Amino acid sequence: MSIPQGALPISLEAEQAETTRLLSWISSVDHKQIAIMYLATSAFFFCIGGLEALLMRVQLAWPGLNFLSPDAYNQIFTMHGTTMIFLVVVPVLLGLSTYFVPLMIGASDMAFPRMNALSFWLFLFGGLLLYFSFFGGGAPDAGWFSYAPLSEKPYSSHPGLDYWALALLAIGVGTVAAGLNLIVTIVTLRVKGMTIRRLPLFVWMVLVNSFLIIFALPPLNASLVMLLVDRQLNAHFFTQLGGGSPLLWQHYFWSFGHPEVYIMVLPAFGFISEVIPVFSRQPIFGYGFVAASTVAIALLSFGVWAHHMFAVGLGHGWDLAFGASSMLIAVPTGVKIFNWIATMWGGAIRFTTAMWFAIAFLITFTIGGLSGVAFAVVPIDWQVTDTYFVVAHMHYVLFGGTLFSVFAAAYYWFPKMSGRMLSERWGKVHFWLTFIGFNATFLIQHFLGLAGMPRRVYTYPDLPFWGVMNLISTVGAFLLGLAVSVFLFNLFISYKNGEPAGDNPWDAWTLEWATTSPPPTENFVRVPPVKSRRPLWDLKHPENPDWKR
Amino acid sequence: METLSEVSHEVATIPKTKLCMLLFLASEAVFFLMLILAYVYFRGFVSSGPTAASSLDPKVTGIYTIFLLSSSGTVFLAGRSLKQRNRARFLSWLAVTVLFGAIFLVGQGREYAKLLANNVTINRNLFGTTFFTLTGLHGFHVFIGLLLMITLFGVIKAGGEKQMIALESVSLYWHFVDVVWIVIFSIIYLWSAS
Repeated sequence: MSIPQGALPISLEAEQAETTRLLSWISSVDHKQIAIMYLATSAFFFCIGGLEALLMRVQLAWPGLNFLSPDAYNQIFTMHGTTMIFLVVVPVLLGLSTYFVPLMIGASDMAFPRMNALSFWLFLFGGLLLYFSFFGGGAPDAGWFSYAPLSEKPYSSHPGLDYWALALLAIGVGTVAAGLNLIVTIVTLRVKGMTIRRLPLFVWMVLVNSFLIIFALPPLNASLVMLLVDRQLNAHFFTQLGGGSPLLWQHYFWSFGHPEVYIMVLPAFGFISEVIPVFSRQPIFGYGFVAASTVAIALLSFGVWAHHMFAVGLGHGWDLAFGASSMLIAVPTGVKIFNWIATMWGGAIRFTTAMWFAIAFLITFTIGGLSGVAFAVVPIDWQVTDTYFVVAHMHYVLFGGTLFSVFAAAYYWFPKMSGRMLSERWGKVHFWLTFIGFNATFLIQHFLGLAGMPRRVYTYPDLPFWGVMNLISTVGAFLLGLAVSVFLFNLFISYKNGEPAGDNPWDAWTLEWATTSPPPTENFVRVPPVKSRRPLWDLKHPENPDWKR
Repeated sequence: METLSEVSHEVATIPKTKLCMLLFLASEAVFFLMLILAYVYFRGFVSSGPTAASSLDPKVTGIYTIFLLSSSGTVFLAGRSLKQRNRARFLSWLAVTVLFGAIFLVGQGREYAKLLANNVTINRNLFGTTFFTLTGLHGFHVFIGLLLMITLFGVIKAGGEKQMIALESVSLYWHFVDVVWIVIFSIIYLWSAS
């Protein structure tokens, strides 16, 4: 990749070239290099988290298997969830934000390049710390939300949960720094003419998302500190024996955890809001509604946390209040779905792989959204809580939602990052394998959940159809594994031999396409004037620019 | 076709360092809010063992509190001196601020030593757990503030010139740490006295 040299000026003797190249990455404060390290690291953890998923699916392929021991199973599902959320989804979104926000607003870098590097390195070493737990006495085993008192010393005496808390604390601090950095970048480094009402919608989503990050991560960090104090100094925050309250952990964790759900999906809305207009050849329908509904989602997301806790018995009034607020949050989300469909309506749609993933996103994310609304109905929640219905729901929003949109973004932006097109032929193979594999794995889990199969149990009795349904799910999971391999293969061959991309292969309209692919260190020498939301359209169509309409 | 123009930026009304610090402090406020809520929530749960009323001395801590609050004033005076380009006075006000902050930490250390000597510890009961966690994390923030100011002192003494924005950001942080202490002092010490 012809990434320019990084921060350190080092003599370029031939035998030192390799070391220098490595140093230029390690010492880099360039937002594009840091972003690529983010993306590469999260891809690495995605493979590990995916292998963990396959281990679980093998164990569950048929009733009564003993492929994994119960203890190992607990560790694997905890690591799978923690990895996918904290080491894959959040950092892949941060990586793409770090790469494209400065480019889309015409800036030469982030507001604080060194803090940007700090965020990345905290993430990388936090991830390594988490995985070191396997060698340090055992991985954490209390699930990704580590409910007390399961997470306390008497129930989990090996140091796995200490690694878990320390690793998430490191990553959490880095994530807050990234959120601060992105807000300040967007507020202070916009190119002339790029008013807040002309920001690309992806940048809008990142802005709102960054506010969510800086206000939602502190409750997690505080909870982690309290858990560590409990475990290391025998304090009593979450232990009943000392008079503490395990329920407090649930309140604190979910007051982070629900905004976190939106932290993991708002940038995804941003990708979709860029990809669908470009491949429908129409500007986004209802720009203001997409932006404003995002603000509404962000505000509401702080008032819905207890819908994760209906089963603990909060009392009728609280159940009603949180049920109502949770249903309410579906409204601004639904608004967006209609905006995207209306953008496609009557457009000259180009069915590229990016567009296929965006369309698939609309379908699977809507299914995930609908099963989510079902959880807001308290009696339904009581019936299906802690079953595979939950597993199906969250994978429909996180995989069918966020990851589908990340794949769309990958096909859309890879040409900009590498200078080469991703193969559309392999892209289509990747898409169909993903779409079929995903639905085969998770659609059936709704029915398993409704039939009463509990999540997080290492095996199950041979009840009618349970074995067959689980086998279908396992086959689907292996198809997904194959799909990911095809994607990685596509990245590899396209990077080596892909078609040269040129500056603007999709004929897109935002500023990142106004520079070379990949962009030079300083991003832009000159920028087009920004007089509307589509500066490159205006440049190409001086007879009919957006700002004259 | 319109020509491309050189890169120039929208003028931001606030320096980026200051904006970052303000946002960071908003984030920190949520962090302390969670710890304070935990203290308040568990306050009614303490059924046996030491409590704030039985083990703390609001008067002694009150004196150390005066030092911390005064240091907000002295860091303000330091900023004014820097604006007036009076370096010597700036350095001495900053030194006084560091001194006052350090005195507060010494006071906290002495209080902790006394409590530990009386077997009031973090694992004794819920009072110990919430008290030491909350005040300890606040003390840690004071300590970080001292490091920031000592660094700034060194940079400006060595001849750094354009440090006004850095000082403004550090002052904001320092005022924040003070405000958090006012809340903590009111909730832990004054509430126990009444």
